[in-house]
Amino acid sequence: MGISRRTALKVALSGTAVAIARPAGAATVPLVAPADAVGLLYDTTKCIGCKACMVACREANGLQADSAASGGLYHAPVDLNEKTKTVIKLYDDGEHRSFVKAQCMHCVDPACANACMLGAFKKREFGIVTYDVNYCIGCRYCEVACPYGVPKFEWSKAAPKMVKCELCNHRLAQGKQPACTEVCPRQAVIFGKREDLLREAKRRLASNPGGYVQKIYGETDGGGTQCLYISHVPFDKIGLPALSDESTPSLQRTLQHSIYKGFAAPIALYGLLGAVMLRNRRKEGPTS
Amino acid sequence: MNVQAQALGGRLLTKPFRALAALLGIAGLLILYRLVNGLGQVTAMNDGYPWGLWIAFDVVTGTALACGGYSVALLVYILNKGKYHPMVRPAILTSALGYTLAGLGVGLDVGRWWNIWRVPVFFWHWNLNSVLLEVALCIMAYTFVLWIELSPAFLQRAERTGTGSIRRFAVRTRPIVEKGLLWVTVFGILLPTMHQSSLGALMLIAGPRLHPLWNTGWLPLLFLLSCLAMGFAAVVFESVLASWLWRREPEREMLAGLGGAIVPFAVAYVWLRLYDLAMRGQLAALFAFDLYSIMALLEFALTAVAVFILLSDVRRRRLGDLFRAAMLLMLAGSLYRFDTYLVAFTPGAQWSYFPSVTEMLVTLGLIAGELMLYIAIVKVFPILTLEKRHVAYHH
Repeated sequence: MGISRRTALKVALSGTAVAIARPAGAATVPLVAPADAVGLLYDTTKCIGCKACMVACREANGLQADSAASGGLYHAPVDLNEKTKTVIKLYDDGEHRSFVKAQCMHCVDPACANACMLGAFKKREFGIVTYDVNYCIGCRYCEVACPYGVPKFEWSKAAPKMVKCELCNHRLAQGKQPACTEVCPRQAVIFGKREDLLREAKRRLASNPGGYVQKIYGETDGGGTQCLYISHVPFDKIGLPALSDESTPSLQRTLQHSIYKGFAAPIALYGLLGAVMLRNRRKEGPTS
Repeated sequence: MNVQAQALGGRLLTKPFRALAALLGIAGLLILYRLVNGLGQVTAMNDGYPWGLWIAFDVVTGTALACGGYSVALLVYILNKGKYHPMVRPAILTSALGYTLAGLGVGLDVGRWWNIWRVPVFFWHWNLNSVLLEVALCIMAYTFVLWIELSPAFLQRAERTGTGSIRRFAVRTRPIVEKGLLWVTVFGILLPTMHQSSLGALMLIAGPRLHPLWNTGWLPLLFLLSCLAMGFAAVVFESVLASWLWRREPEREMLAGLGGAIVPFAVAYVWLRLYDLAMRGQLAALFAFDLYSIMALLEFALTAVAVFILLSDVRRRRLGDLFRAAMLLMLAGSLYRFDTYLVAFTPGAQWSYFPSVTEMLVTLGLIAGELMLYIAIVKVFPILTLEKRHVAYHH
């Protein structure tokens, strides 16, 4: 009798469904930061909003000043953008008041690097998420993916690049620390190994229980980040999204890898479809 | 039973054709401007909404509307409904054009377009976690497959009217192509199954920034079911339109049959969406009557009305009803894609996006180009079957 065509159709349609129905069956490797992971620890209680980090970052990374919002007077970006890899923003709702620094979070499981077709964004040495323009097509899927809205695109250039903080890895290579942490007058943002930063954050939380929200943002949020935050203001108020402990790209990756595991399903489907078509043609006789 | 496809013939440079050419010309100028001055000058896209009309329509919706070749191939070659064979060639043509347009759309949309060739070539750099990589490779391969599937039409004409080496080439090549066509056609079913479902999986990476009414692990299957329904609908839509436009007797029986074939796919899509919403406890969100709820309800309503029309044997045989149902389904599927890619994507209150006039003009120009190619090809090459032609051309 051979394969019934109904079976073939069912297989064709349920190929995805089968894989979706048991995403738990796929290997869910617990993701941990690499052993040499470095990062930042930012403390809202220490930041005085002097913005020295912004200026230092601009100089260290050869970025143009963004003076659009200040009528050409100051380097005063409103947010991260194609000229700005870090920015100090003010949160003030009358009750809570805080500065907050934004830059790439250097995720343990970065959504941008998962999305990137040729690996222009990739987690490399020290767990730093770096950018290699040679493998960038400018598709901006990284911008769709990043839950923090970090990668920015050069919208007004004929040969645009993506722009984001790479933790001053060119300075690290010279044995220096990132520009922002080097100039911070209050150690509101410090650089170090992720483990050490976590330990320091815990020490600060314990030493002043009433002064902090008792949580380190980035320890597990969104699967964990290498840039960590402690704050006296709830994190969602200062622009750090409430994320589950599962990393942002993990659902999609699990799905995709279940469906395309070893490329077996597509190959099997190809064979099956081919067999059905051959059988149909033999039954019909040659038609053009 | 063997119905021969024929070239439509007739004058090419008609008034509507020239109007389309003008639209294409405008788009051409804007594209030039975009290449020199960057995307920000021509489009309304921004860092909050990095994907706009060109991706949501030209690529995601455009390729779904171009699933006629996929749907009909599935029906004819896998479900073995040989009577629909005359529908294959016109369906493959619109698919080939739709996918080519999508490819062009991507080329305009990516910032570093001169690097696109590296995507298929630099295999040692392939990021196998990237759903976009799979979509890109699949769409490139499928566009190629579609033109191969269509090539016998071009070779047939070359045999008939070509001279010298062109004719010899056609005579020699066509049997080879036709012999291997089965295995190419299998790719023509496998590849859309892969990338049309992956087009749904693509937005899953937006995670918490995708509205819960659309954010589900079932996105791949939902996109697949809906693209099949859209593919059949597009074939019906084009056949009816072509018969009205060029005053041909339409294949009523066949179109009614295609209309019936849509129903299981559309019903499965609606059922799965409702089931998933119920399972995730999102039915309340569906009836919240905010923007998201209204958009989702609209998708359901359009599909439901189309299914209602198509369920009746009598209505399926009325061209007007069939045409309306096809349009509703194409609209429903398009809306589903626009919603998933633009409306449901919530990057934050500080961002907004609505396509700019110039952005829309480029899309319009590309569609005009697609229509011009369709018209030119059916007039010159044997694509449509005309056995029941009953009215001659009046000039």
